[in-house]
Amino acid sequence: MQYMLLIYGEDSGWKALTPEQQREMGAAYFAFTDELRASGKMVAGDALQPVATATSVRVRGGETLATDGPFAETKEALGGYYLIDVDTLDEAIGWAAKIPGAAYGTIEVRPIVTDYEAM
Amino acid sequence: MQDAFVRAAERWPRDGVPDNPGAWIVATAKNRAIDRIRREQTLARKTELLARAEALPDEEDAVIPDERLELLFACCHPALALDAHVPLTLSLVGGLTTPEIARAFLVPEATLAQRLVRAKRKIRDAGIPLRVPPEHLLPERLRSVLATIYLVFNAGYGPPVRRELCAEAIRLAALLATLMPDEVEAHGLHALLLLQDARRDARVSPDGELVLLEDQDRALWDEAEIAQGRAALDRSLALPGTGPYQLQAAIASLHAEPESDWEQIALLYARLAELQPSPVIELNLAVAVGKAFGAERGLAIADAIPGLDEYHLLHSARGHFLRELGREDEARQAYERALALAPSEVERRFLRQRLER
Repeated sequence: MQYMLLIYGEDSGWKALTPEQQREMGAAYFAFTDELRASGKMVAGDALQPVATATSVRVRGGETLATDGPFAETKEALGGYYLIDVDTLDEAIGWAAKIPGAAYGTIEVRPIVTDYEAM
Repeated sequence: MQDAFVRAAERWPRDGVPDNPGAWIVATAKNRAIDRIRREQTLARKTELLARAEALPDEEDAVIPDERLELLFACCHPALALDAHVPLTLSLVGGLTTPEIARAFLVPEATLAQRLVRAKRKIRDAGIPLRVPPEHLLPERLRSVLATIYLVFNAGYGPPVRRELCAEAIRLAALLATLMPDEVEAHGLHALLLLQDARRDARVSPDGELVLLEDQDRALWDEAEIAQGRAALDRSLALPGTGPYQLQAAIASLHAEPESDWEQIALLYARLAELQPSPVIELNLAVAVGKAFGAERGLAIADAIPGLDEYHLLHSARGHFLRELGREDEARQAYERALALAPSEVERRFLRQRLER
């Protein structure tokens, strides 16, 4: 079954790193992504631009309202994701724990809905 | 194992417990037990395990027996809310009804029902596997299963005593030990529960109050259950490794002797304190060392324990040591502090008797 691994961390975290640390972090993500892809379990995965680039959109009374900023102002923000296809939650937790950002922030593991009838 | 303790205690000078006595003693006892049991009883042990597996009761209204172990691990999965582990285990593995569990834990039935539904839905929708975890996950997951079963037992141990919960916990521990015969702590927990349960009738007075171990009427102890507990402890000791439940079972077994052997108990607490450091275990160690090697050494350990100043048993133990050392003023101060902190009437009565002397 498919799981979305949502990577939460401090939005300013990346900027707080030294160039050397940024290189190390980038290399760690490349290595993780390579390992995940090689295992055949990766469906998709991307990093997001910082929260400063976010626009929130709502439609109210037929009118589209676009505002600057994220859905919720929190210290930790969504910074990226992987979508994986594995057999069990244990396996998904195992991959989540290997994401470099798990050592600094939090990875939220969410199963993807497959059976819309059963919801 | 008890032979090894006697031998070691004889060898060690009275004035010094070695830095790491527990590791040495457990290793010694274990090697001897392994030699004996592995060499002579491999076939006998397998035959016995098979017989016990066949003797496991089939819970008619629960689940297919073959799946109970897998279910047990699913019910105690770390992705489930901690407060769901116990009720879920009792419901899915033990076959208890929701009203029964709600009554046992004094939780409103609707709250419990909702907790169970949410947990079962998560097992299904989040893909929590119905299986015995693979090797690399097993130690952590097994700890969670053992802790859940122990919680069920403690909920029943009281006072007030709820027999059916203790019995259910023992059934679950027996199931786990039979289905995972190579897990030292599965047998260790089974042994511990049997040995504790054997004292249930002596532990609580007719008016519902706790009776301290040394004041218990030993005629009320269940000798057959003690024997079962010791058999489970022997099975645990025959396996490699050790663990907190096994060590506590060994201590409980020694307390079930006509005379508690405090030197051995002190050694076991020393090992337990290494495995699972906690101030309360340190205090137990202090009491055992005091009984075995003299009040001065017991007091020295008790005085070095941090963070227990609000715990009445620390002051009660200090009072005991100080009185033995003839430091009567300090002893009275300690007993008075203990009296002010003691949570139950039995304990206050005990402490007042000490102060009247």
